[in-house]
Amino acid sequence: MKEELIKRVVKTPDGQEIEINPMEDYFCQAGPTVQPPAYTAIIEKLFNWARSESLWILGYGTGCGAIEMRPLMTPRFDAYRYGIQWRPTPRQANLLVISGYLSVKTLKRVIRSYEQMQGPKFVVGLGSCTINGGMYWDSYNTIKRLDDFLPVDVYIAGCMPRPEALLAGFEELKKIIRAGKGEGANTYAENFEWYKANQKRVIKDWDMPDYSW
Amino acid sequence: MEFEWIRIPWALLTLFIVFNFGLLMNATIQKIAARVGRRHGIPVWQNYVDLIKNYSIRTSITHGVMFYLGPVFRLSGGVGLLMFVPVIYGSEMFSNFSFTGDLILALYFVFFGTLGMALGAGESGHPYSAIGITRGLAQMTASELPFALAVFAVALQYQTLSITDIVAAQQGGILNWTVFTNPLAVAAAMLAFLGSMMRPPFDVAMAPQEVPIGPPTEYHSSFLALMQTNRALFPVAKMTVYVSLFFGGAASWPVFFLKVFLLYMWSAFVGVVFPRFRVEQSIRWFLIWAVPLGVLAIVTV
Repeated sequence: MKEELIKRVVKTPDGQEIEINPMEDYFCQAGPTVQPPAYTAIIEKLFNWARSESLWILGYGTGCGAIEMRPLMTPRFDAYRYGIQWRPTPRQANLLVISGYLSVKTLKRVIRSYEQMQGPKFVVGLGSCTINGGMYWDSYNTIKRLDDFLPVDVYIAGCMPRPEALLAGFEELKKIIRAGKGEGANTYAENFEWYKANQKRVIKDWDMPDYSW
Repeated sequence: MEFEWIRIPWALLTLFIVFNFGLLMNATIQKIAARVGRRHGIPVWQNYVDLIKNYSIRTSITHGVMFYLGPVFRLSGGVGLLMFVPVIYGSEMFSNFSFTGDLILALYFVFFGTLGMALGAGESGHPYSAIGITRGLAQMTASELPFALAVFAVALQYQTLSITDIVAAQQGGILNWTVFTNPLAVAAAMLAFLGSMMRPPFDVAMAPQEVPIGPPTEYHSSFLALMQTNRALFPVAKMTVYVSLFFGGAASWPVFFLKVFLLYMWSAFVGVVFPRFRVEQSIRWFLIWAVPLGVLAIVTV
């Protein structure tokens, strides 16, 4: 843990001794809770349809697969036709595409980004590396199975999958959401301890709150 | 003057029409901009879907009271502007709550949303928000200056502060429009218009490629949806003021739709042709090209 995050006792200018615990003072300690679909079935259906037709991807490339997302924004593949857009901030995005191999260092940022997204949120694993490690299967600093760390909705296999494969994967994700099965955020909340244990097992320098609100 | 209650439902009807028109027009303009880039662009109904999606998000994070009020202020800027401007000239139904001094109020409401947004985004505590707001307000102030000068020139020209009277004075032929009777003022106002539409070259405050994405960085779910609602209302409301002041107003909805669309196309055209200004470049641009025109308009009126 970084030095500035360690619990310590400091002396204030007027001579008082106070205890500072940065992790508890600066961050919210509460974990995520399960968010039920709070409306009648027909409204939830409408909402699910809207969620499926308006996928806002967090513009965050974790590995080499990010290069396959760029053609989707440009004339040849033009994913905007299908209601897929890119947002620059996790707050506004509801789809996180893990594009390729995920090093332990990046995993930390991915977890923070994922937790800052507002539910219902979805994760797409892009490329073989997210399924079983792919060509990095014996690497010392990449994770093998993305599913151990985040609830994944759709995998798109390939190394690299072509942009068409991505579009097909997004269409598949739309079907899942419309069927009301895109509840990754709730899965994450339900199995929070398990996910955290897995994450902390690989991230040795854990210096962030358990849940980044 | 006696208040007629029937004006409230009529005003709500105006709001409804303008809201839908704004959503569809925004999508159409986005499609046109996409076609310039040889893309198909979003479907025309995409903005509705995005809106429903954002209202349906289950969780939201707050950063304090002003964070809540920011989008509310923003929306009331758009709604307020629309409510106090006569949308359709000569129509009892769609003249809303316009009164004799509504021009001053309209001028204020144009700025109101940005100020509310500055407070809200400031409290979100995100550094990108603060940078975006600083840039946005600086640029807005620079572009507001020629607009205010143009509005004063027009008010001097017609000797009134009532938008309805200004529209009335422009009736009777296209040559009676302010754009022909006072071209300097209109030129200044049209340059200012570019700066207030949040399109290139003046979108440095909001562009996702710059500070991502400026003021609304921390806004999400229904906060963002409120701002999207305003994004449909506010440009149309502002263009209503422009149409009324400079282009002879509109006597019916089709004429209104056409004039507003063409006006929007002006900023869309400029936007797809020219690259983005940095904020100090855009301020300099307004001060060099737009403000002198406005001063000239005031002097020569």
